[in-house]
Amino acid sequence: MSLSKEQIAQRIAKEVKDGYYVNLGIGIPTLVANFVRNDIEVEFQSENGILGMGPFPFEGEEDPDLINAGKQTITALPGASFFDSAMSFSMIRGQHVDLTILGAMEVAQNGDIANWKIPGKMVKGMGGAMDLVASAENIIVAMMHTNRAGDSKLLKACSLPLTGVNCVKKIVTDLCVLEIVDNQFKLLERAPGVTVEQIKEATEGDLIVEGTIPEIVF
Amino acid sequence: MINKTVANVSEACEGIADGMTFMLGGFGLSGIPENAIAELVKRGVKNVTCISNNAGVDDFGLGLLLQKRQIKKMISSYVGENAEFERQMLSGELEVELIPQGTLAQRCQAAQSGIPGFYTPAGYGTEVAEGKEAREFNGKMHILEHAFKADFAFVKAWKGDTAGNLIFKGTARNFNPNMCGAATITVAEVEELVPAGTLDPNHIHIPGIFVQRIFQGERYEKRIEQRTVRKK
Repeated sequence: MSLSKEQIAQRIAKEVKDGYYVNLGIGIPTLVANFVRNDIEVEFQSENGILGMGPFPFEGEEDPDLINAGKQTITALPGASFFDSAMSFSMIRGQHVDLTILGAMEVAQNGDIANWKIPGKMVKGMGGAMDLVASAENIIVAMMHTNRAGDSKLLKACSLPLTGVNCVKKIVTDLCVLEIVDNQFKLLERAPGVTVEQIKEATEGDLIVEGTIPEIVF
Repeated sequence: MINKTVANVSEACEGIADGMTFMLGGFGLSGIPENAIAELVKRGVKNVTCISNNAGVDDFGLGLLLQKRQIKKMISSYVGENAEFERQMLSGELEVELIPQGTLAQRCQAAQSGIPGFYTPAGYGTEVAEGKEAREFNGKMHILEHAFKADFAFVKAWKGDTAGNLIFKGTARNFNPNMCGAATITVAEVEELVPAGTLDPNHIHIPGIFVQRIFQGERYEKRIEQRTVRKK
């Protein structure tokens, strides 16, 4: 069975380590916060200007002056801080943020990522994604393995306009966990019940399969 | 203290003209200069270039200027929330320059600081880098970006004093401080305007030197774009 979006987030949460400052993108990455172990100390940064982002507010306590990068109402945890956009990207470009988790439309086997534009059809903009992927040491992509048309999103080369080059290190999809090694996708783990054959079929890029591939453990 | 107060938004917008370039603070609908935007709509100023992270939603924020076709060009990083924007852009009616969010903030900051340009890794190897100088620093490629030039910066703060000192609240701060002093004239609108000397100098986010005109906004709708809550 392929993973749900929540399960993708749950698996990525295992990559979040004690003492990390983490930037979460919009969509599946936002869900990661719900699954981080509560015996470790982690601070979530939202690029619109908060470090120490907390959960959604209780009903009736929403504050229009307190939102995340997805424009959702949020709360600030004790010890949180607010700052302006230039300082926010000093944290990001200056590599003070330890882990970046974001979504993608396409990832190539050399680590290129595309997630901001479909020429002639959809142009939402890159937001902070280009700054994040150009600077972060540790980037994990959360996405479905194939698009709505059933085409692979893990490619030899991206077909859409790029967000960044040679930057993605790890990918968690509904089918598996992959790492980018020597310009190839290396299969690390597979979703429970999903076969290596199914993953091969859904992956357009070159896939390295070494030995027995374990199932994802949450 | 030098007095920066103007009577109202109309006086604050004295000198705006067709074809000018405006900076507008805010992220989504949070911390946008609501009163200045309403005045720009009312005055019907045309063919303007707007530097703003987002383009509002269809019926609020900069979306109001888009509806009236007052904007010739937008310089933004993310415009996903506005269907009218997307329509005008895809049909070619609206000129759009999409740039990385950190680059947008730094181009404001550079203008404020008198730094004409800077190198950033953001966008290297993408279409954002096309036509820009690329240079290697410490084994990594960067592109040259320039400070913005703008006629007016419209920012919104929580509190301000008659000397133009500003304090922001929560994530409504965002681009507002970076745009102060980044244009020829900076117009600050605040929820609460107090006499100089009332605010603790330790708590000032932006000193009044970066602000030319300040006024208390008549009303703030402060619309929430994505209301997300949890159960008690």
